[in-house]
Amino acid sequence: MYCRLCFQKPNNIALSESAVTSISTLGITNFSGLIPAEIFNFSSLLTLKGFILIIIGGFLIGFGTRYANGCTSGHAIMGMSNLQWPSLVSTCCFFAGGLLMTWVILPIIMKL
Amino acid sequence: MKNLKFLALGILFGFILIKGEVISWFRIQEMFRFQSFHMYGVICSAIVVGMISILIIKKFKIKTFSGEEIKIDPKEFTKGNVIGGLLFGLGWAMTGACPGPLYALIGSGSLIVIAVLLSAVFGTYIYGVLKDKLPH
Repeated sequence: MYCRLCFQKPNNIALSESAVTSISTLGITNFSGLIPAEIFNFSSLLTLKGFILIIIGGFLIGFGTRYANGCTSGHAIMGMSNLQWPSLVSTCCFFAGGLLMTWVILPIIMKL
Repeated sequence: MKNLKFLALGILFGFILIKGEVISWFRIQEMFRFQSFHMYGVICSAIVVGMISILIIKKFKIKTFSGEEIKIDPKEFTKGNVIGGLLFGLGWAMTGACPGPLYALIGSGSLIVIAVLLSAVFGTYIYGVLKDKLPH
C-alpha cells in the first residue's frame, strides 16, 4: 500500500483555494493531472491559443535559457547557492517575465 | 557501465520533480499569483541545501568519482541574463515548465509535452544562429 502511494503520480494537486479560483477565471475547469488537459493536448495544437502556449511557450523556454546562459536549476538554484550575482539578476528576470505573462498576457491568450 | 550512476541520479531527479509537484502547471500559476508557499519553499530549501553542499565540497576539497577537483565556474554577466531571463520567464508561465520538468512531464505520460520540448530545442538552435547579432 505504502509502496504504491510512493510511485503514484500526483493527480489532484492540493492547490490553495485562491489559486483554484484564479485559475478558473482563465476558463480552466479540469484540475486533474499535472497540466491542464484542456489546453495541452494534440488537437489544441491546431488552435491559435494552443499553438501559442505549446509552441511559442516552448520556443521561449529554449531560446531564453540559452540566451540567459542558464535556467531555474542553473541560475535560481545553483547560481544563487554559489552566490553569483548574475544569477540573482537572471532569477529576478525569470520572475518578472513570469509575472508579466501570468497577470497581463495569459488572460489575453486564454480568451483567443 | 560507469555511466549508470548518472542514470540513477537522473531517475532520482525526475522522481523528485514529479513527487514534489514542481512540474505542475497549476503549481507554477499558484506561485506567480503568490497564492501558496509550496514552490517558494521548494526553491528556497533547494538553495540552502545547495549552499551547504558547495561549502562542504570546498571545505573538504571533495573530488569527483574519477578523482578530479570539483570546480564551479563563476557566472559571467551579459545583457542576456536580463533579456534572455525575461523571455524565459514568459515561457515558464505559459507552459508551466522549465527545461528539466519538460523531460519529467513526458516521462509521466504527458506526450503533448514532446511538442514543447521540440520547440524548446528549436529555440536553442535559433539562438545559436542569431548569437552574433544579439546584444550581449
